[in-house]
Amino acid sequence: MNGEAHTTGPDISASAPSPVTVDLLLSVNRDRHPTTVDTRETLLDTLRERLGLTGAKKGCDHGQCGACTVLVDGRRVKSCLTLTVTLDDREIVTVEGLAGEDGPHPLQTAFVEHDAFQCGYCTPGQLCSAVGMLAEAAAGWPSAVTPDVGGGTSPDEGTPSGGDVPPGDGIRLDDDEIRERMSGNLCRCGAYVNIVAAITEVAR
Amino acid sequence: MSTTTTPPTTLPAREATPYVGSALDRVEGLEKVTGQARYAFEYSPDDLAYAVPVQATVARGKIRTVDVDAAVKLPGVIAAIWHGNAPRLAPPENAELAVLQSREVAYRGQYVAVVVAETLENAREAARLLRVDYQVEEHDVELRADHPEMYRPERVNPAYPADTEQGEPDAALAEAQVVVDEIYSTPAEHNNPMEPHATVAVWDGDGLTLYDSTQGASSVRDTVAPLFGLPPGNVRVVSPHVGGGFGSKGMPLSPVVLAALAAKHAGRPVKLAVTRQQMFAVTGYRTPTIQRVRLGADTEGRLSVIVHDAFEQSSRIREFAEQTATPTRMMYAAPNRRTTHRLVRLDVPTPSWMRAPGETPGMFALESALDELAVACGVDPVELRVRNEPDADPESGLPFSSRNLVACLREGARRFGWAERDPAPGIRRRDGLLVGTGVAASTYPVYRVPSRATARAEWDGTFSVRIAATDIGTGARTVLTQIAADTLRASPERISVEIGDSALPDASVAGGSMGTASWGTAVVRACEALTEELDRRGGEVPEEGLEVSADTAREVGAKRRFAQHAFGAQFAEVGVDPDTGETRVLRLLGVFAAGRIVNPKTARSQFIGGMTMGLSMALFEESVMDREFGDYLNHDFAQYHIAACADVRDVEAVWIEEDDPHLNPMGAKGIGEIGIVGTAAAVANAVYHATGVRVRDLPIRLDRLVR
Ligand code: FES
Ligand code: FES
Repeated sequence: MNGEAHTTGPDISASAPSPVTVDLLLSVNRDRHPTTVDTRETLLDTLRERLGLTGAKKGCDHGQCGACTVLVDGRRVKSCLTLTVTLDDREIVTVEGLAGEDGPHPLQTAFVEHDAFQCGYCTPGQLCSAVGMLAEAAAGWPSAVTPDVGGGTSPDEGTPSGGDVPPGDGIRLDDDEIRERMSGNLCRCGAYVNIVAAITEVAR
Repeated sequence: MSTTTTPPTTLPAREATPYVGSALDRVEGLEKVTGQARYAFEYSPDDLAYAVPVQATVARGKIRTVDVDAAVKLPGVIAAIWHGNAPRLAPPENAELAVLQSREVAYRGQYVAVVVAETLENAREAARLLRVDYQVEEHDVELRADHPEMYRPERVNPAYPADTEQGEPDAALAEAQVVVDEIYSTPAEHNNPMEPHATVAVWDGDGLTLYDSTQGASSVRDTVAPLFGLPPGNVRVVSPHVGGGFGSKGMPLSPVVLAALAAKHAGRPVKLAVTRQQMFAVTGYRTPTIQRVRLGADTEGRLSVIVHDAFEQSSRIREFAEQTATPTRMMYAAPNRRTTHRLVRLDVPTPSWMRAPGETPGMFALESALDELAVACGVDPVELRVRNEPDADPESGLPFSSRNLVACLREGARRFGWAERDPAPGIRRRDGLLVGTGVAASTYPVYRVPSRATARAEWDGTFSVRIAATDIGTGARTVLTQIAADTLRASPERISVEIGDSALPDASVAGGSMGTASWGTAVVRACEALTEELDRRGGEVPEEGLEVSADTAREVGAKRRFAQHAFGAQFAEVGVDPDTGETRVLRLLGVFAAGRIVNPKTARSQFIGGMTMGLSMALFEESVMDREFGDYLNHDFAQYHIAACADVRDVEAVWIEEDDPHLNPMGAKGIGEIGIVGTAAAVANAVYHATGVRVRDLPIRLDRLVR
């Protein structure tokens, strides 16, 4: 390749189109926000750059780290992989919305007590993920390490799907279950041991 | 002003419990779990615009043309900046910082342009449309120990001699009864803090404010100001919360300069975040190493000679020479010793600090070699290390101010159940896995540098302590609060410690495991001076408050009469699937001797965090150089794997009491880095014990175990 020319960037001669925007009603942490968004905009960028809710973090923008995890209709999603335009009238909860009237969410308290973070950058994602995960386990959704995957309810129906786990029975969250279910949330500070301890305390 | 009331006396009775040594929760804990803690990119001054950089797509060459036409025609695009129109910077000491100043490309991924637009989406699209035309030159990106351009650097990081020699190592090797002579290698590894490097740059006339994700606000100010021809006082760097750094935010690099430059050119406040992918080129990494270790010993395992030769790389534009072999200079007794460092400059991104630079790869090699010697001599690896314990620093002859490696090894062996260990490799099976155990030593030097602090008493009985320290997750804000509490004899609730702002008194960088030692000394001196002043005034605080400051330059600059290092012993148990080669770390135990532990809760987290990163290094981390394109191939978390929750099972860290009066007022050694140092060797040694396969090249991949 020595001496060769090498050009990067697409060959675009026509002028690029204007961004497309859409009006929608976003419900975040029980507040309603009438919002106009660029159709290319992710929920993560809408929250952080438009609504000033910077609790959800951007660690990779590619769905690989979990720092951006929030709850949509009670389920954990990676907000960097979710286009805001798809969320009209859905209930979004971020780390800023986890605390109740009477103080922090038990997981938030447990994270502080167990020192389940260092830099704190993965923490909002870990917390939202843990809230979603506890609900999944309570609903009996199995994970890759659940020994009997016959029982419980299927994610979308919320009804029993057979097997020998009675309807409504949750899955007992031992360390292996928690570790498996929390593995979508990376922590470079290496707080996993304490994260598992904090979640265990709340799961009991 | 006349006062009608008598100010309250603020000097309380001496607190019964000292706060240093107690397990205080992180003072900013609640802010971090509620999403209120603000990180650099989360500052949004008015009139903000977004900057998205463009990276070079060749590893070596010259930019011929930059076509910005399509980019600037996009709606909402404010500016496209490249070397042809960028503001001129004063030539920096670190050539990495001469961003957009020439047409030269030194490595693939180097920043060559930046686009500024009203929204992130538009900036990103415009950056994609920018066309850059290069004159390509042939690149050389491959580290080889026999590379003809290998040279001896003047010094290795931070200021050690490149080579040292004692006695007659070659003759001693020829005479030794048992010789281990092996080559070890460690790959390039990327720091990957969870928060990507980010800056919000705001100009106000010739004043510049940078909200920056950095490990050192004072140092960013001092580095950036002269580039723009400004006195340091015109630049303010704010970084109250930083999402990890592990060395990669230790020195200002191109992104912060690019943000300031883009804001200046655009005439608008600008936000710039490095993407995860870009971090693999522009924010430093751990150099790959090739290391030859030769040990000569008698049949009892007593070392007569150690030779450690390290080969590593740096970029064309900056020499970063890592101190890979320096731990070999002080770990074990041996009358004959040689350590060397050789460096080659390639068309690669510039390596930099990554958690315990030098010690981490160097101790992987040395501690693996010790394990091989233990096997060769039939001596227990714990016993082998004890046998080679030196009485004083082997090179300088200085006494150690404290050295408790043996105590760590013994305590760890006891807790881990080492006594029952059968040394024969590859014979134990549990649940279908081959299991084994391994041990390795850890060490990290004690550094301390000057810092300043102010302490202030308020009329209402509260105190504030100010220092431009940084909390990158270490717990600095918390331990400085504890240190101040003890010196002021006040409870922590009455003390606010302000850090993370260059407008505060100058402080050293959060690196080298020296934060607590350096900043803590300044905080103690300031608080002592304040307490004295208060005592002198009978405890009365004037209505406008009372403030004193301290500078530790003279105290810290005094010549050392001791060799000072922290030590540790790490024990690992692994299970290896005999069919797939999949390795799981079942148990990790670290026992450390690091002086006084200021906060057992945050210290344990830091030790375990370091060990977790060491586990990750042992099994997963590897940045693969693409020789064809001259760049790291796996530049995201999908391909550069770091340990996830399921990889980290039973990890525990403990420490032994160590009372060392020669360190600093806190009696503390640093703890941020030692946790990672011995882990990879302990895991590799355990893998040998489990399988009989000696893995000398990290990471311990499946294909290195299944033959
Ligand atoms: S930022 Fe969404 S997964 Fe990493
Ligand atoms: S606490 Fe720093 S990344 Fe998890």
